[in-house]
Amino acid sequence: MEFKFTEDNLKRIEESLSRYPQKRAALMPVLFIAQEQNEYISGEVMTEISRILEITPEDVLGVVTFYTMYHQQPVGKYHIQVCTNVSCMLKGSSGIYERVKEKLGLDHMQVTKDKLFSLEEVECMGSCGTAPMLAVNEDYFENLTKEEADQIIESLKNRN
Amino acid sequence: MEKIVLPDIKDVHLIDVYLRNEGYNGAKKAFTLQPDEIIEQVKRSGLRGRGGAAFSAGLKWSFMPKTTDKPKYLCVNGDESEPGSFKDRQILEHNPHQLIEGILITCYAIGAKTAYIYIRGEYHKWIKLFEKALADAYANGFVGDLMKEKFNTDFFCNIYVHKGAGAYICGEESSLMNSLEGHRGYPRVKPPFPAQNGLWGCPTTINNIETITNISPIIMKGWEWFSKIGEPKHPGTILYGISGHVNKPGVYELPTGMLLTDLIYKYAEGVPGNKNILCVIPGGSSMPPLRGDQIDGVKMDAESLRAAGSAIGTAAVIVMDEDTDLVKVLERIAKFYHHESCGQCTPCREGTGWILKILNRIADGNGSIHDLDLLVSVAGNIEGNTICALGEAAAWPVKFMIQRFRDYFDKRVSREVNIPPINKVHSMRHTEIPLADGSIIT
Repeated sequence: MEFKFTEDNLKRIEESLSRYPQKRAALMPVLFIAQEQNEYISGEVMTEISRILEITPEDVLGVVTFYTMYHQQPVGKYHIQVCTNVSCMLKGSSGIYERVKEKLGLDHMQVTKDKLFSLEEVECMGSCGTAPMLAVNEDYFENLTKEEADQIIESLKNRN
Repeated sequence: MEKIVLPDIKDVHLIDVYLRNEGYNGAKKAFTLQPDEIIEQVKRSGLRGRGGAAFSAGLKWSFMPKTTDKPKYLCVNGDESEPGSFKDRQILEHNPHQLIEGILITCYAIGAKTAYIYIRGEYHKWIKLFEKALADAYANGFVGDLMKEKFNTDFFCNIYVHKGAGAYICGEESSLMNSLEGHRGYPRVKPPFPAQNGLWGCPTTINNIETITNISPIIMKGWEWFSKIGEPKHPGTILYGISGHVNKPGVYELPTGMLLTDLIYKYAEGVPGNKNILCVIPGGSSMPPLRGDQIDGVKMDAESLRAAGSAIGTAAVIVMDEDTDLVKVLERIAKFYHHESCGQCTPCREGTGWILKILNRIADGNGSIHDLDLLVSVAGNIEGNTICALGEAAAWPVKFMIQRFRDYFDKRVSREVNIPPINKVHSMRHTEIPLADGSIIT
């Protein structure tokens, strides 16, 4: 299926392009815009971006696979990210990760059948002083307990 | 105690409040000086980079060519991905205008018309906060074309936010530039250094967010004032980020050269349950860890920490109490560097994987005494053999943790040496080589 950017997003891409002396430099911001519109970066998305930025689809693929924040598969409506790096680990993040895994029945980078939740074990998110933490999409939840992690997931479930 | 980067002024992130507190006066003053004078002042102030390498900021600026027909660029490094480090987000949230003002002065000093601030992608909230402040600064004429009128000068510059997408390596300066150009974040071979050949082949300076936030106060109050704060060789204040097993983790702005024990016991209020300290990493997870009995009298500045056998890094102090499982900690650190290795250099790409596998086996209780030496050997073969410092970042924790906690690790491995079974592929290789005329060599 062909992918086309919406009119609004084309304007945002224009704005991004104006920030750099070369078109290719807008690749990362354009990928974020594409991911917002299409939920994930499909082959069609890469082809369209390569056309706009005048690079090859392989150039785009190389960048997409390098950075963890670009998804080549759809993630859930609520993408849960649990940090398990050192500072969080010292504050018991593995317990939180295990609890969330159990509660959602998911492993790293899996999505629930209803596409509501996905889970990712992430590297340091910069919440070391407020560890442990998890993030739901763009929002951080810090100084977390297992019970609070439960509550967050419950409230997200109830929202739907 | 005087705070420079995160002053105790309520709501100083708002442009009105910032302006009421002499905001943008540093830039006003800077634009009446010659760029060279600013570089000289920053050099004399002794300000050293806060991103990890602690290199003189003024000296770095002076490497920028004076005459060039190419555009010059400033990159501000807000990738902040070092485990244990969470200081830059405080600046983005609480004092963005002083950062913007620092960017203006730096651009003027090095002759750049464009500055990119690279902020890690996970910091959605802090990117939005900074973008709001930046929009206010533009709207009030402090950035962009309107600057000329506002400051009554010929100089103007633009500031753009570039959002990262989840790659630790992009905090390395040359990798950051590749990422900004829309490539994979592969570090570049140096030389050429960014000042000669940076973004799009043009002269570029890269500074950490915290470094840049110090610039405006230095210009306002003079280099002498700054050089007298903290340790003479590494002056100023520093944002210490304390995490792990302490009662009050957080970011503390204090002069350089604080006693590590003061930070832990006085400011972070000690270890929960009054437990003993087993291990402290003083500068973020890539820096050599210190044993609990090695931290007495250690001061937090570049020279003192080097003498103590570690490094200042990003001043991210990670404290571990006596009940910490160090094998698990080292395994987690190794997992991180294996995950974040960009894959360009073989020693790092392969070595980090082997280190992780060996540590997995030790953590599972299947390690042998031989594995400890093997780990040190693999780490030694990464260190110094890679394009960028991620090699050292991956090797140091392993090398120093095992060296300094040898007894601890000895207890976690078996005395017996597991000799691996003979590699079948090799033992089954053909020993008979047929030649073209049908004869066989054996």
